[in-house]
Amino acid sequence: MLAVPVLIGIVLVVFFLIRAIPGDPCTAMLGERATVEACERFNEANGLNEPVIVQLGIYMKNIVTLNLGESVRFSRPVTQLIIERLPTTTELALSALVISIAVGVPLGIISARKHNSIIDSATMAFANIGVSMPVFWLGLMLAYLFAVVFRGTPLELPPSGRLTAGVFSIPYYEAWGWHLQDGTFWSKFHEYIGNHVIFNSFITAQWDVWKDAVRHMILPAVALSTIPMAIIARITRSSLLEAMNKDYIRTARAKGAKESRVVGLHALRNSMLPVVTIIGLQLGALLGGAILTETVFRLAGIGTALFDAITGRDYAVVQGFTVLIAAIYVIVNLLVDLSYGYLDPRIRVK
Amino acid sequence: MTSRKTVEAFEVAATEANLLESGGAGQWGLTFRRFMGRTSGVIGLSIVTLLVLMAIFAPVIAPYGPDQVLIGKEDVRPREKPCVHILGCDPEKPQHIMGTDGNVRDEFSRIIHGARVSLTLGFFTVTLALLVGSTLGALAGYIGGWFDNVIMRVMDVILGFPSLLLAIAIVAVLGPGLENALIAIAIVSIPAYARVMRAQVLSIRETDFVSASRALGANARQILLRRVVPNAMTPLVVLATLGVATAILEAAGLSFLGLGAQPPTAEWGTMLASERNNLFTSPHLVFFPGFAIMITVLGFNLMGDGLRDALDPSLNR
Repeated sequence: MLAVPVLIGIVLVVFFLIRAIPGDPCTAMLGERATVEACERFNEANGLNEPVIVQLGIYMKNIVTLNLGESVRFSRPVTQLIIERLPTTTELALSALVISIAVGVPLGIISARKHNSIIDSATMAFANIGVSMPVFWLGLMLAYLFAVVFRGTPLELPPSGRLTAGVFSIPYYEAWGWHLQDGTFWSKFHEYIGNHVIFNSFITAQWDVWKDAVRHMILPAVALSTIPMAIIARITRSSLLEAMNKDYIRTARAKGAKESRVVGLHALRNSMLPVVTIIGLQLGALLGGAILTETVFRLAGIGTALFDAITGRDYAVVQGFTVLIAAIYVIVNLLVDLSYGYLDPRIRVK
Repeated sequence: MTSRKTVEAFEVAATEANLLESGGAGQWGLTFRRFMGRTSGVIGLSIVTLLVLMAIFAPVIAPYGPDQVLIGKEDVRPREKPCVHILGCDPEKPQHIMGTDGNVRDEFSRIIHGARVSLTLGFFTVTLALLVGSTLGALAGYIGGWFDNVIMRVMDVILGFPSLLLAIAIVAVLGPGLENALIAIAIVSIPAYARVMRAQVLSIRETDFVSASRALGANARQILLRRVVPNAMTPLVVLATLGVATAILEAAGLSFLGLGAQPPTAEWGTMLASERNNLFTSPHLVFFPGFAIMITVLGFNLMGDGLRDALDPSLNR
């Protein structure tokens, strides 16, 4: 599989790139006036005294054993940081992806069905503006519109944070009275799942919390979804237009199939291949955009953590999070490849 | 509808006849005609032309200097709301059609001068990425073998990162600043050019006219520079135009995070970032720079799409 060498390459690039950043982690963490002894202890504790090649070896071994080290900046294990931060980004990225697919695909279909009409032109104009939109600007404008202009109306939405101060989501394992042993893999696992606030409050029927979490997620998700939505609409349109010219569509029509069947069953399924590919590719854009969106809406996700870690020379966090993101990439692209077989049986046979 | 199509077909036929007579000189003319026939491309070209003019004549258009602080010179306060006389603003007050920023500078003048920064950045980023990327791609495609493998795997690794993330990491290494943001974005966009160039080289080097050159004794350098590269330019021109849009957008993102242009540079992303905490009281200081970014990016995107349609009529998008 080609993904493996690329993954190793990414791991290597990250390892050396972060070490090329000027300034050492000690002064970044302990301040400019840290004493030599303090730095010595700090380097010893964090394994920074070893030769680089040894550090690389330890780092590789740790990745394979899923031990991602300790964050210097947040002073806790990187895995703990992932448990706390990843769920926010996951919920943000998934909400954005759902919105972009739910709006983008129908827009593309309508646009292709009404080719060269006003609806088509309007959709394409919207798509062009969508791909040109700076995510952070859209986010700030939405925040202003829904938090200031619509203040006091039912449309008012919170401009920052994940939950209103004072609102807490009780994790499902506590709500259901499970007794988990602290520090075990399963307690960590449940903690991670429970940190998906929207999901957790939904399954435990904490409806006030759920409503609050969803209201907080609407603006960031909409802002983040614009670019993928525009791209998905464009690809759906051009792909469907191409499929509609194929012989099997004429055959289906000749057999007297209803238009809804021709489009919905024959054309749509065959035109979904590029759409699925582009959706997979958009995940990278979503993760990149998440840094900006999380900054604008002050969400504590992996985007902001990674940004802080890069600028603060927090080696372990940068390495761990980048490997995580690269792994997500590889898995998503694998899923995309697998979905080809479902969409196009000819690929399955091969 | 039909009549317009007929006219168009006639035009194309006429141009092709013209092309035969003038011995091929009309290819770009034909492309230009096709380009001008599409609304979106023309809109894009108009936006870009306006922006370029705005950047060139910035000192003439802008009523104030980009860094001119108006404290003590006029009766204005920081973050003054926009004041346009013909729209009913008190004629006694000085006119600032986009208001003033936190340091009492004229926002409109800064936006105008910002076009210079963004366009220069977009141009140099793409030039750098295009030169490095297409050279690597051409060599990889032409030499092939292990060299091709190494180059393209490195490109895959770069593509394996979300581009903004990699750009942030590179800027962290080089240090924040406009030039370093430029270099970071150029590095991130190299793989696109390399891949396109390589694909072009692979297909062109199998064509008959390249075989003919080779049979006539042309060496590798001549074949690459005289035969392959000119014929591979078409997709690269489109990619470069769209690349300017991406570069400006990403540079604005980096500046927004504080890694690009540093204050007091009149750069749109930086201007927006420095006023974002005053969003709820002075939304105009966030609105105008962001709107400028969007219009610029939109212009290059539309122009790139128009060029692609014009250069490759088989794509009926």
